[in-house]
Amino acid sequence: MSQIEEIQLPGVGVRFDFITEDGQRVGVVHHRGGRREVFICPPEDPDTALVTMELTDDDAHTLAEVLGVSPVIEAMSQVQQVEGLAMDWLPIHPTSPYAAKTIGDGRIRTRTGVSVVAVIRDTSHFPSPGPEFVFESGDVVVVVGTTDGIEAVKSILTDG
Amino acid sequence: MSPSATLLLELGGIIFALAVLARFAERLGISPIPLYLLGGLAFGDGGIFPLITSQDFVDTGAQLGVVLLLFMLGLEYTGDELVRALRTGARAGVVDLIANFTPGYLIGLLIGFGPAGSLFLGGVTYISSSGVVAKLLSDLGWTGNRETPIVLSILVFEDLAMAVILPILGALALGGSLAGTAGSVIAALTLVALTISVAARHGHRLSRAAFSGSDEVNLLTVLGVTLIVAGVAEQIHISAAVGAFLVGIGVSGEPANQVRVLLAPLRDLFAGVFFVFFGLSIDPSTFPDVAGWAIVLALLTGATKAATGWWAVSRANVSTRGRRRAAATLIARGEFSIVIAGLGLTAGVGAELGPIAAAYVLLMATSGPILARLAGRRPVA
Repeated sequence: MSQIEEIQLPGVGVRFDFITEDGQRVGVVHHRGGRREVFICPPEDPDTALVTMELTDDDAHTLAEVLGVSPVIEAMSQVQQVEGLAMDWLPIHPTSPYAAKTIGDGRIRTRTGVSVVAVIRDTSHFPSPGPEFVFESGDVVVVVGTTDGIEAVKSILTDG
Repeated sequence: MSPSATLLLELGGIIFALAVLARFAERLGISPIPLYLLGGLAFGDGGIFPLITSQDFVDTGAQLGVVLLLFMLGLEYTGDELVRALRTGARAGVVDLIANFTPGYLIGLLIGFGPAGSLFLGGVTYISSSGVVAKLLSDLGWTGNRETPIVLSILVFEDLAMAVILPILGALALGGSLAGTAGSVIAALTLVALTISVAARHGHRLSRAAFSGSDEVNLLTVLGVTLIVAGVAEQIHISAAVGAFLVGIGVSGEPANQVRVLLAPLRDLFAGVFFVFFGLSIDPSTFPDVAGWAIVLALLTGATKAATGWWAVSRANVSTRGRRRAAATLIARGEFSIVIAGLGLTAGVGAELGPIAAAYVLLMATSGPILARLAGRRPVA
C-alpha cells in the first residue's frame, strides 16, 4: 500500500493524500460537515489540485463499494473526530527490528499508550490484531494515539 | 405614515438592499463586505436614503453583529487546533504579525493617531479575512493544494493573535486610567489562556453536556450564554468582542459543528447590519482626504502580506505557482479589520480612522479575491 499522508486543515477538516504508482498525487478532503472532496493533481504539478469532485456521505460509500476497498479508513476518520487523538500509517521497513516479530514483542501499548488498530498487508487487511500477530516486512501498521505516542512508536518500529 | 410602518419599511429596505448587494457580489466573485459598507454610506446622513426611525435597531443589530462575528471566529478552530498552530506555525505567524502590523502602526503615527491609537490601525492591516480566504479556497477548489495547510495555519495563528490583541485594544477602548487598562488587559489575557487550555482538554465534554437538546434549545442556549458573557465582559472593561470570542473557543467537538450551522444565518444577517452601521457612521465627504493614505496602506500591506504568504509556503518547498496562490489568497482583509476599527472609534481615536479603514477594506476585500483568481490561472501552454 502507498504511504498515506494525513494533514489537518484547521477550520476545514482532514486531508489524506498519496502518490499513485504512476506518480500522480491524489487525495480526499474530509470536510467537517461530512462532505468529501476527491482531488487529483497533474503529474507535472503535484501542488495543484486540478480535478476536484464533491461527494456526499452516500456517494462516498457508493464509490468505496465500487472500488472494493477496505472499510478501515472510514472507521479511522471517526476516530479522527476525537480531539487529541491522531492516527498514522507506519510502514515496517525490511531493516526494522520488528519484521518477523509479534506486536506483543514491541510492548507498544505499554510503552507508548498507542493502539495498533489494523495492519495492512498488500491488498488484505487485519483489523484489531492481537499481541500474537507477527509483523512482516512491507506491512503498514495503522496506529491510533497521541501525537507524541505515535512519534515514539515510529522510532520503536525503526530502531527498536 | 405610522412609526411602526416606517420602521418595517426601513428595515425591509436595508435587508433587501443587503440581499441585492450580496447577489451582485456573488456574481462578481468578490466578498460582499465592501458592498455592504458602500450600502451603509447610502443610508447615512447626506446619503441617498437616510434612515429615520430604525437607527436604534441598527445600533443594537450592529452590536449583535460584532458579538456573533467574534463568537464564530472563536468557534472556527478548536482549542486543539489553536494549541497545534502555536506549536508548529509560530514562526510564520510571528513573521506575519510583524510584517503586517508594523506598516499600519507606523502610518497611524504619521497620520497622528498617537502611540496608543495607532495600535488600532496596525490591527486593521494585520488580520486577513478568514471568511474571505476560506470562501476563496473552497470556491476555487484549492483545499487539495499543497500550500493550503500552510495558508490555513497562518489564519489560525492570526486567530490566536486576535485573542491577545483584542483584549488590549478592548481595554484601550473602554478603560480609563493607565492602571485600570493594564488591569483589564491582564485579566483578559489570563481568561484567554485559561479558556484555551480548558477548551483544549475538556471542551468537548463540557460542550456535549451543554448541547443535548433540540436545535431550538441549543440555539437559544448558546445565544443566551454568548450575549451574557459578552455583556459581563463589556461591564468589566474587557470588551464584548473578547467575551464572545472566548465562548466560541470554549465550544468544541461535534456541538461546535451543530452550532456553526445554527448560528451562521444569524451571523450573516447581523454582520451585514454591522457593516451597514459602520458605513452609516462615515461621512462620505471625508473620503477624498483619506484616499491617499488608504491607497498607500493598501499597496504596502498588500505587498507585505503577499511576501509573508510566499515566504511561509516556500519553506515547505512548494512550487512557484503554489507560492503565488498563497501570496494572493492571504491579501484579503475584511470583517475583522472593520471590527477593530469599530473598537478604535469607541476609543476615540482620530475620526479619520473610520473612513481610512472603510476605504482600505474596500480596496483589500475587492482586490484580494481578484488577485487570487489571477494567480490561479494556468499558464497558457
